[in-house]
Amino acid sequence: MADMLLELKDVRVRFDTIDGTVNAVNGVGLHVAAGETVAIVGESGSGKSQLMMATMGLLASNGHASGTADYRGTNLLNISKGELNTIRGRKITMIFQEPMTSLDPLFTIGAQLIEPIMHHQKIGAAEAHVRAVAMLKLVSIPEPERRMGSYPHEMSGGQRQRVMIAMALANDPDLLIADEPTTALDVTIQAEILELMASLQKRLGMGMIFITHDLNIVRRIAHRVYVMRQGEVVEEGETKALFANPKHEYTRALLASEPTGRKAPVSPNAPKILDGTDLRVNFKIGGGFLSGEPIVLRAVDRVSLTLRRGQTVGIVGESGSGKSTIARALLRLIPSEGAISFEGRSIAGLDRHQMRPLRRQLQIVLQDPFGSLSPRMTAGHIVTEGLLVHEPSISRQQRDRRAAQALEEVQLDPNLRNRYPHEFSGGQRQRIAIARAIILKPKVVVLDEPTSALDRQVQKQIVDLLRDLQTANDLSYLFISHDLAVVRAMADHIIVMKDGRMVEQGSPDEVLDNPREDYTRKLMKAAFAE
Amino acid sequence: MTDLATNAGSTVGRSLWADAWSRLKANRAAYWSAIYIVIMAVACIAGPWFTPHDFTTIYQDYTRVPPSLEAYPRPEMIDQAVKDAVKRSRVELASWEDRGDKVSIVVTSAKPIDPRMTRYIDRSSVFENAEVTETSADGLKLTISADVEREHFYFGTDTIGRDLLTRTLIAGRVSLAIGLLAGLVAVAIGVLYGATAGFVGGKTDEVMMRIVDILYSLPFIFFVIMLVVFFGRNFVLMFLAVGAVLWLDMARIVRGQALSIRRQEYVQAAEALGVSRGGILLRHVVPNLLGPVVIYMTLLVPQVIILESFLSYLGLGVQEPMSSWGVLISQGAKNIPGANWLLFFPSFFLTTTLFALNFIGDGLRDALDPKDR
Repeated sequence: MADMLLELKDVRVRFDTIDGTVNAVNGVGLHVAAGETVAIVGESGSGKSQLMMATMGLLASNGHASGTADYRGTNLLNISKGELNTIRGRKITMIFQEPMTSLDPLFTIGAQLIEPIMHHQKIGAAEAHVRAVAMLKLVSIPEPERRMGSYPHEMSGGQRQRVMIAMALANDPDLLIADEPTTALDVTIQAEILELMASLQKRLGMGMIFITHDLNIVRRIAHRVYVMRQGEVVEEGETKALFANPKHEYTRALLASEPTGRKAPVSPNAPKILDGTDLRVNFKIGGGFLSGEPIVLRAVDRVSLTLRRGQTVGIVGESGSGKSTIARALLRLIPSEGAISFEGRSIAGLDRHQMRPLRRQLQIVLQDPFGSLSPRMTAGHIVTEGLLVHEPSISRQQRDRRAAQALEEVQLDPNLRNRYPHEFSGGQRQRIAIARAIILKPKVVVLDEPTSALDRQVQKQIVDLLRDLQTANDLSYLFISHDLAVVRAMADHIIVMKDGRMVEQGSPDEVLDNPREDYTRKLMKAAFAE
Repeated sequence: MTDLATNAGSTVGRSLWADAWSRLKANRAAYWSAIYIVIMAVACIAGPWFTPHDFTTIYQDYTRVPPSLEAYPRPEMIDQAVKDAVKRSRVELASWEDRGDKVSIVVTSAKPIDPRMTRYIDRSSVFENAEVTETSADGLKLTISADVEREHFYFGTDTIGRDLLTRTLIAGRVSLAIGLLAGLVAVAIGVLYGATAGFVGGKTDEVMMRIVDILYSLPFIFFVIMLVVFFGRNFVLMFLAVGAVLWLDMARIVRGQALSIRRQEYVQAAEALGVSRGGILLRHVVPNLLGPVVIYMTLLVPQVIILESFLSYLGLGVQEPMSSWGVLISQGAKNIPGANWLLFFPSFFLTTTLFALNFIGDGLRDALDPKDR
């Protein structure tokens, strides 16, 4: 390569914890040249983020890095913080995953942009302002002059990520490190940001390191790929060659981890199990006896949907489209207007007490495997909590046995039932959450983005598990996701939602292959673009 | 199946509490502080039974003696005591001699001496078992031998001659008890009140928190003086007054926590399971609240001890002969020029205890909240 920017040799990162030393990165070498995009791929815990954190001197206080990170003749790993600060933020910059928390909510976008420009380029405020506006224009933010005075909360997630990119690029860096910059964004916005980054990289001729777990992104953006696993690079190469001919079995497993298969549609005469007609959900914001009139937000606007026995209805849409809200309304977890019936019986008017016996038939699995399990209860207690409510007569031993059975059903070692949630991986936690739902032998399970927080490989395992459970227990699923690949593999009927309304519905082939609506087309393009 | 392989092995889980405990043990300052507090508590509870003096005993000969590792009386004090005792019995002192544990005193008089005069010598708190060992033929000269009672005052004595060591330990009992009990009262009320307000939410929450606001606006001293006026000075009242004021902070902290826990996905999941509100409160909200509560509790105890000291300093607290560190410090402060040990020892005990408690609180915060470090 013509102009080598950063060359890592035998970089090791370890963390000293109370339980001993944890080796996060074990001797990794990689290099980036100017004008090149390099992707580091791996599942969570593979050390890909810690490697870059070490390079930037951003390790947690108990972390230690060794080896060399050669940036134009300087070893970044053993220079002082002062020297490092002349390079990072100026020559090497970084974008993080979470656009919601990477910007300081107390300062305007303009102030946050101008400050580093003034600091690194030693120019006055007026000049820096001009430069900042130019940067916002570069990342295609509309009305950049006016947006300088906006606060982060006034912008959408995608716009915030654009601002982050503008900040990273403001000092003409040689190298941009992007740590999962699009993971927290909706697919359509993800596509826009990727396009922007690719075009900026071409135009500015800088090097880029892209950390991700999403192979679609790698295929779209990277020249070369490093595949990391358990702190080591297991394979590297040109993107095209690597994708066409993966050598290491782990790379092959990663590439094969796209969920596959289709679900056979149920007969149109199958009995209706859950039916919502003309559902509306309004949220009131503010109000109360000391504040003024509340603002009414229409989260779901006249949506009807029917779930038949053994069917999986997939609900897709961006965040804020009301897809989770409608599922919660159908389970009567939030108040709504409109008719809801369960097995032909109207449940819209039932109060909390009357709903309780029905709860065991209507279960939900939530998105966040870290937040949905109480951190102070053991896996066994979490799984059997529903039994305390619905079968209060059974003894402690019986409950324990049922917990073991349920964990076995979701392919977890039942001996782990005395452990606490934080001792499990994300995939294992999601299995516990699923076990908690199916232990009650429900008829309907709402799956609210059950795979979104998981790595691709684990995602596939969970999808397979959910399918097996469906056939074994004759379950009906309401599957909510923004991930069209997973929805296509799971659902036999798809509903597309936008701004609280249903814009399209039909079988997966109809909706995903021949979308009628612009919006669906846009979603499709973003999700499956090569 | 990488995620299945990672956690094989032992089946016993390590709870967050166990995790926190191991992190706390790794924190030197907190660990030694905890040991210090335990030693302090044991010393205050058991100590007064082992010290050589009762906390109410008054030694008239030893008022305001400075702390010393050596036993009292000192030689010059024996001289004074001999002279005083002999003077009280209206005879002349010829000579006296120190023989280790005993003194032998020779007295003379113009008239024959009644041997019963030894009781005058016994009356001094320095001597006991005085007896006549030798009487001269004319009865005008007596040799008396008496045991010297050796007393240790490691912390010295106060203005009326009571042992400061015993009194400091007794005072520690009161201070620690008030700290712990009033702390518990505040935590119990605060957690229940705050958790209910935060979890039920809506109008109930608004009303409950406005009540807290109103109570906040009552001046604390005014409140305590009012209680004292109506109910008289009373030890139990102290707990009530302090506890009744300090639960307000607790309630606010707990309410905030409960509000955020209510929105956690595991609470939603429990609702979807059909768990009743009480069940959610007990199984999900309260256990997850305990972290901040424990932390706040360790910071609350020193606060209570200081408040009690303050009230006692003003004369609204515990009554003589009972004492608390605050009372002792207030007495000590009046005697700084002549007897600075009266201030030094109680304040040393109080401040080191508060130090240790604050270190523990800090360590607990770090241990229970490792992400924020």
